[in-house]
Amino acid sequence: MPINKSAKLARNLFNKKDVKRLPTRDGYGHGVLKIGTKNNQVVVLCADLIESTRSHWFKEKFPERYVELGVAEQNLVAVAAGMAIGGKIPYITSYATFSPGRNNEQIRTLACISDLPIKVIGSHAGVSVGPDGATHQALEDIALMRVLPRMTVLVPCDAVEAEKATITAARINGPVYVRLAREKTPVMTTSKTSFKPGKANIFWRGSDVTIIACGPLVHEALLAAKVLESKKIKVEVINNSTIKPLDEKTILSSVRKTKAVVTVEEHQVNGGLGSAIAELLGKKLPTPIEMIGLQDRFGESGEPEELLKHFKLINPHIIQAVKKVIRRKR
Amino acid sequence: MGYIHDKKIKKLEVIATDIRQDLIKMLLEAGSGHTAGPISLADIFTALYFHVLNHKPKKPNWDGRDRLILSAGHLAPIRYVAMAYAGYFPKKELMTLRKLGTRLQGHPERLALPGAETTSGPLGDGIGQACGIALAALMDKKKFRVYCLMSDAEQQAGIVWESAMFAAKNNLNNITAIIDRNNIQIGGMTEKVMPIEPLRRKYQAFGWHVLEVDGHNIEAIVDATEAAKAIYEKPTLIIAHTIPGKGLKEMEFDYKWHGKPPKKDEAENFLKELRTLEGKIKSEHE
Repeated sequence: MPINKSAKLARNLFNKKDVKRLPTRDGYGHGVLKIGTKNNQVVVLCADLIESTRSHWFKEKFPERYVELGVAEQNLVAVAAGMAIGGKIPYITSYATFSPGRNNEQIRTLACISDLPIKVIGSHAGVSVGPDGATHQALEDIALMRVLPRMTVLVPCDAVEAEKATITAARINGPVYVRLAREKTPVMTTSKTSFKPGKANIFWRGSDVTIIACGPLVHEALLAAKVLESKKIKVEVINNSTIKPLDEKTILSSVRKTKAVVTVEEHQVNGGLGSAIAELLGKKLPTPIEMIGLQDRFGESGEPEELLKHFKLINPHIIQAVKKVIRRKR
Repeated sequence: MGYIHDKKIKKLEVIATDIRQDLIKMLLEAGSGHTAGPISLADIFTALYFHVLNHKPKKPNWDGRDRLILSAGHLAPIRYVAMAYAGYFPKKELMTLRKLGTRLQGHPERLALPGAETTSGPLGDGIGQACGIALAALMDKKKFRVYCLMSDAEQQAGIVWESAMFAAKNNLNNITAIIDRNNIQIGGMTEKVMPIEPLRRKYQAFGWHVLEVDGHNIEAIVDATEAAKAIYEKPTLIIAHTIPGKGLKEMEFDYKWHGKPPKKDEAENFLKELRTLEGKIKSEHE
C-alpha cells in the first residue's frame, strides 16, 4: 500500500467502525491547556462560546488567566492586543464566522499591523457545522486571513494535529489563525506524525495526480486515493495544514512529478487553499487544477454528512475530479 | 505627578502655545492631515507629557511608565509634537510627518515609533487596547496607569461601548480615559451627524466615574487626572470640553478645519496669531 510510512499515520485509518473520531476543537482545548501549563503568559479570551470552543478546560484549571468578553468580537481582539502589548500570549476564541469574520478590521490593524502574538482560534468552520445553517458556517475565513501580511494560517486535519497546531502557535512570534471544526472527524495522525508550520506532509504516495487537501477532508482524499489505487490510478495526497506560508518545495516537487492537481477544502474555492495553490502554480509551474470546495455559494441547514455530499466535497467527488484532471493533462 | 503650582502652569501654557506653532509648521510641510483636533488638544497633551505622565522620554520602553493610548489616530500630530518637546526624538523629525520612510506615520504605528504604544487609525479601537493593557498590568501587579485619549465622534463606534462595558465589569480603576469633546467631526457637528449626548450619563450608566473639565485649563486637567487616581473599583472618564482650533480665531468651531492642513498664507497668519497671544508673547519676530 503506498501510504507514506514515515508520516506515522493511525493504523485504523481506513476502518470505518474502528477509526477514532474527535472534533478538531477538542484538539485545541487540550492543546491550549498544555501550553498554558507550560507557559504562564498564555491567556484565553472568549466571546461567550466557552464550551463550544472547548476553552472551558483551560478556564477550569486557570480561572485567573481566562477572560470573558461576552458577545463582543471586536473588543475581543482589542483587549487581546492590549494584553499582548503587556507581554501576554492571548488565544482568542469564537466561531470563525464571528472571529475572524466580524472583527476583521481589528485583526488587520491591531494584530497584523502591530505584529502582536494574538492567536485567533476560529471554530465551527465549514458546512459540517450542520443544522445551524449558512450564517454559522464559516466558508471565507481562510481567504480573509491568508491575505493579511504577517499572519500564519493553520488548518489542522484532525484533533491530534489541532493540538499540535495550538501548542506550536504560541511559539510563533506573531499573529496566527487556527481553523477548527465542530463535528467529530476521523483521527488520521498520531503523536508521532510530524507537524511543523510551513511544512506540508505527504500522507499517500503516487505519481499520476497530486491531491492537496486541508482540514478533516484530508480523510476523504485518502479514501479517494485508496479507491483509485484499485483502479490503477496512483495519486499523491498532501496534507497541506499550513495555508500560509505555503510549503512551496513539497508542493512543487510533487506536481513536477504528477503534472495534475486536485485541491480539497471545506471553504470557498475563491480565495482559499485552491486559490493559494493556483497562485503558486500559475507563477512557477502552470498545471491543470480541479478544485473541490464551495463553488461561490453559501451553505444551508442539514446534517453534516448530508451537507458534505450535497456540496460535493467527499471522496466520490474527489475521484471524479481526479479523473477529470487526468484528461486535461498535457 | 501630583497637583500643580501656578508657576508651572504659566510655564506649561507657554509650551502649549509653542506646540501649536510647531503643529501648524509640520502640517504645512506635510500637506495633508487634520488640524483643528490637534490644535484643540495642545493644552491637554502639554499637561499629560509635562506633568501628569510618569515617563522617561529617553527610555520609551521603560516598564514602569504610564501608558498613553491615542485611540483617535488622526490626532497623531499633537502626540508627535508633544513627544518631541518632551524629548522622545529631535524636533526636526517633525518635518518628516506623513513622508516616505518616516517614523511619524499619518496614523501612528506601534512598530514605527517607540512610545506610540499602539497602532491607531480605525476609530474606536483604542479603549479596548487600553483595557487589555490595564488588565495585564493588574494580573502582573504592575502599578502604572493607562491613559486613553478618544475623540468625541469616536463614541459613535460600537466597539467603544463593548470596551466601556468590559472596563467596568473588570473594575479597571487603573484606566483614565479622556474624551476630546470639541463637537466637530469630518462631516459636521457631532450632534447633527449622529448625536452622542448625553455622554456623561451614558458612561455613568455603563459603570464609569465621570468628570468634566475645561480642556484648555491646564490646572483643571491636572486636578481631574489626580482625582481619577483616587477612584476605587471604577474606570474614570474625563470629558474635556475643548474648542476646535482653540487659539486661532478663524479655525475655532469651524468643522472645515477638521480634516485639512493649512496652506502657506493661512499658516503664516496662524503663526503670527499664536506668537502674539495675550500675555504669552515671547517675540513677535521669532
